[in-house]
Amino acid sequence: MKILVCISNVPDTTSKINFTEGDTKFDTNGVQFVINPNDEFGLTRAMWFKEKQGATVHVATVGGPNVEPTMRKALAIGADEAIRVNAEPTDGFFVAQQLADVVKNGAYDLVIGGRESIDYNGGMVPGILASLLDMNFVNTCVQLEVDGSTATATREIDGGKETLSTSLPLVVGGQKGLVEESDLRIPNMRGIMQARQKKLTVVEPVDTANTTEDVKFDKPAPKGAVKLANDVDELVNLLHNEAKVI
Amino acid sequence: MSVVVYTESENGKLKKNAFEVASYAAEVAKQLGTSATAVTINCDENELLGDYGITKVLHVKNDALGTFNAKAYAQVVVSAVENESATVTIVSSSADTKFMAPLLAASLNAGYVPNVVAAPESTSPFTVKRTVFSNKGFAHTAINSEKKVIGVSNNAFGAIENKTSATVEDFAVSLSDNAFSTKSTEIDKVVGKATIADADIVVSAGRGLKGPENWGMVEELADVLGAATACSKPVSDLGWRPHGEHVGQTGKPVASNLYIAIGISGAIQHLAGVSASKTKVVINTDPEAPFFKAADYGIVGDAFEVVPQLIEKLKDFKAQNS
Repeated sequence: MKILVCISNVPDTTSKINFTEGDTKFDTNGVQFVINPNDEFGLTRAMWFKEKQGATVHVATVGGPNVEPTMRKALAIGADEAIRVNAEPTDGFFVAQQLADVVKNGAYDLVIGGRESIDYNGGMVPGILASLLDMNFVNTCVQLEVDGSTATATREIDGGKETLSTSLPLVVGGQKGLVEESDLRIPNMRGIMQARQKKLTVVEPVDTANTTEDVKFDKPAPKGAVKLANDVDELVNLLHNEAKVI
Repeated sequence: MSVVVYTESENGKLKKNAFEVASYAAEVAKQLGTSATAVTINCDENELLGDYGITKVLHVKNDALGTFNAKAYAQVVVSAVENESATVTIVSSSADTKFMAPLLAASLNAGYVPNVVAAPESTSPFTVKRTVFSNKGFAHTAINSEKKVIGVSNNAFGAIENKTSATVEDFAVSLSDNAFSTKSTEIDKVVGKATIADADIVVSAGRGLKGPENWGMVEELADVLGAATACSKPVSDLGWRPHGEHVGQTGKPVASNLYIAIGISGAIQHLAGVSASKTKVVINTDPEAPFFKAADYGIVGDAFEVVPQLIEKLKDFKAQNS
């Protein structure tokens, strides 16, 4: 089985978010970039397929040279090879089209992405990619088993879970549950050393137009001070008469 | 050239978000000088959409679509878009719709903007406001493609009554041979209880509760309020509560009217995930807990004292006001 894990290079979850250049760009100043958490759960599940079922695992990212440290981290965790599509990831549809080309050329059986990236929260790359290549697709995937060419996937639904039966080639939008938080791997020194030697191929983007453009950003208005109630009577009174939520 | 909106139903009944997306579609139609057409699947309440500005409903009745199937449902919506020659399609932010919408956008070759929180700011260029960075920011996003798909956030635009009358047409759709290549085999869903996605009120608790055995009072409080229960990330990582209850940046987003956080200190990731909630209440022993800075109301106190008192008070309050 040949697996491609699609990785987004995103600000660490603790990052303070600011905008620059007249609020038209995300301010990367002082921001630590990491593997998108939803993608990391998928990458770790892919490592399981590699170790238990002999799968080959490649990772792909759409981005400039600045994303390579994040890709090397994925290699240090255990991916075999990396592919960087040399383009700014300007919108989800664009990224999906670039990755579709990578998937087509690499003849992957299973493509694992994250349910969404924690920066732009588009949640569309795996689905669009699947649709462009007419592959099966499961979103918000929390469990995945592959047996030959058939796959059983569990996805999170509003208020519960649904089990789906499908087949390869398959694209999943993954999240926590594919593996547990405690299963995530911190690269060790040997992994980091090996990652330096692993193949990182840079490919040029396919020609495609953007469908969307972020013209301006802003931040939520600052919040007023909290009103502290002295007891539950006062709290219920505030929620009923002032906030009118109960 | 009407605006098409996919309005979800469950067991024949329209979901709460159906009225929100219908209202949004009616607003977009007004801005574009056209009308709004809803597409429904196995729905028994089509006429109700007329109360929210929908003038036409394309109703698909098809036993093969009894259970949600992303690919097949996307094909239904694509057919409706073609039938109406629509350029703008409106969808919700439910788990099912977020599964389907990318397939829809790809089939239509449409720019897709999810997490939209307000009516379009302009229709030329077509620009909408959406949340980004897990609610830590907003983007004003222009859609340049001819066809557009807009995903409206839960509980953001709201359901706006706008009485008109909707004509309901039966709409037959031919599905591709491989539409059911991914099949549902089992659904494990809590029935009769509010879900985090739909609930007006969410009651959430964190490590301050000290152990899973103490969740009884959280569930009782949720029952009294008709609320969904949720938890912080550490609580789900520790296995005290199921993953499906984890709310925050890497869990589920919350956009309820009222969010009550019990024994949750308020890590930046948690605050981001719940910030779309309209009123936030914090109960915490530590007056320095960061959540107090992001909350509207709070009580500094021990959850094990405050929550039982709150349950009793709310029971009395409900009895008096019902």
